[in-house]
Amino acid sequence: MQAFWRDTIEFLPILMNGVALTIIVTIGSLLLSTLLGLIWALMRVSGIGVLSGLSAGLINVIRGIPIIVLLFYLYFVMPEFGLTLTALQAAILGLGIAYSAYQAENFRAGIEAIDKGQIEAAQAIGMGWRQTMRRVVLPQAIKIVLPPYGNVMIMMLKDSSQASTITVAELALQGKLIASSTFKNTSVFTLVALMYLTMSIPLILLVRHFEKRAGQK
Amino acid sequence: MIELTNVHKSFGKVEVLKGITASVEKGEVVCIIGPSGSGKSTILRCINGLESYDSGDISVEGARVDRNAPSIVSIRTQVSMVFQRFNLFPHRTALENVIEGPVYVKKEPRAAALERGRALLAQVGLAEKAEVHPPQLSGGQQQRVAIARALAMQPKAILFDEPTSALDPELVGDVLSVMRKLADDGMTMVVVTHEMGFARDVADRVLFIDGGVIVEQGPAKSVLNQPQHARTQDFLRRVLHPL
Repeated sequence: MQAFWRDTIEFLPILMNGVALTIIVTIGSLLLSTLLGLIWALMRVSGIGVLSGLSAGLINVIRGIPIIVLLFYLYFVMPEFGLTLTALQAAILGLGIAYSAYQAENFRAGIEAIDKGQIEAAQAIGMGWRQTMRRVVLPQAIKIVLPPYGNVMIMMLKDSSQASTITVAELALQGKLIASSTFKNTSVFTLVALMYLTMSIPLILLVRHFEKRAGQK
Repeated sequence: MIELTNVHKSFGKVEVLKGITASVEKGEVVCIIGPSGSGKSTILRCINGLESYDSGDISVEGARVDRNAPSIVSIRTQVSMVFQRFNLFPHRTALENVIEGPVYVKKEPRAAALERGRALLAQVGLAEKAEVHPPQLSGGQQQRVAIARALAMQPKAILFDEPTSALDPELVGDVLSVMRKLADDGMTMVVVTHEMGFARDVADRVLFIDGGVIVEQGPAKSVLNQPQHARTQDFLRRVLHPL
């Protein structure tokens, strides 16, 4: 145990650098996936055949490709087409795109759960599609969407570790580097696991809070 | 003011309106009665473009109703709708529900809309409920807020789609008395209803609809008291003497 504390004091500062990148990747890809997911979802419920078909196709393609392959593609293949990204940019873009499919399906479910009478009431006072979405449907859908959204946040935090495969020195990669140079596998990976857990706990509590709020009407 | 000429409408293979021709004059109260599934609500929904119609013509103050044309917005601001299940926005207070259309559709100044909104809530007897959210209101109160929301658009006519059918019996009276006051003030109203007492006392005219056609129409008292058509007689007997 004493050895563990010693290792902790020694490795924590290096691992904290990884934590910073983990947080940047998570927040960046969370924002991107939310934006893209909302666009796909609105296309899907637009009632315009071309848009909704395009969005359904896109979602299926994205869902069918493993995150790690998407990351490789962005980081190693795109330069051949003239688009060179830094590892961090590729990680945020790749995770953001990958998760946009799940976000879109979640948002769509939330939007479709709103009573049709709400949309009719909005139309009856002269609102168009956009205004109906912005003023009536989305504010109500948010309540339904938030608990699963919180779960996506937790999954993204953990999946940000996949960025290590394209050399982003986030928490998992920092851990691996320290472990392979010191052979202190037990200390290092226990520490890494605890640090992920520590970051997840506030999110888990947030999900519980969302669920409670969604429960009360 | 509202003109329907030979309106046909099908849902899939089922033809629900089979050539409806009717008109509503300014200041008139017209009640539409008839059995469930006869197409009563569909008529209202076609008038403000919530449904499309297949053929025929509907116009409001001379403007043709086409739910896909930009002109539908102006028609909807002139002809308000009150729904059976109220359809208030649950995430907004009663007052916010009332000013939603004036502020965000008609772009009225917020202060003026708030002032009129409060006056309208007072008019329907709910001045003290302005800041309450709809789920905390009874069905009758919600429907009265919905009527205030319809009035806030300063419409030329209001369409009521079975406004009391989802209410507990003891709450029906409050809503009907608000509607009666509106009629007395000269509001043009088209009311789909099963409240025969209301139709008899308040309506100028009654249309009896069955199977997608107008079977009988005329002054309220004559249609309800001396129906000419056998189907009207049968329907009224069932409604007024269910046992």
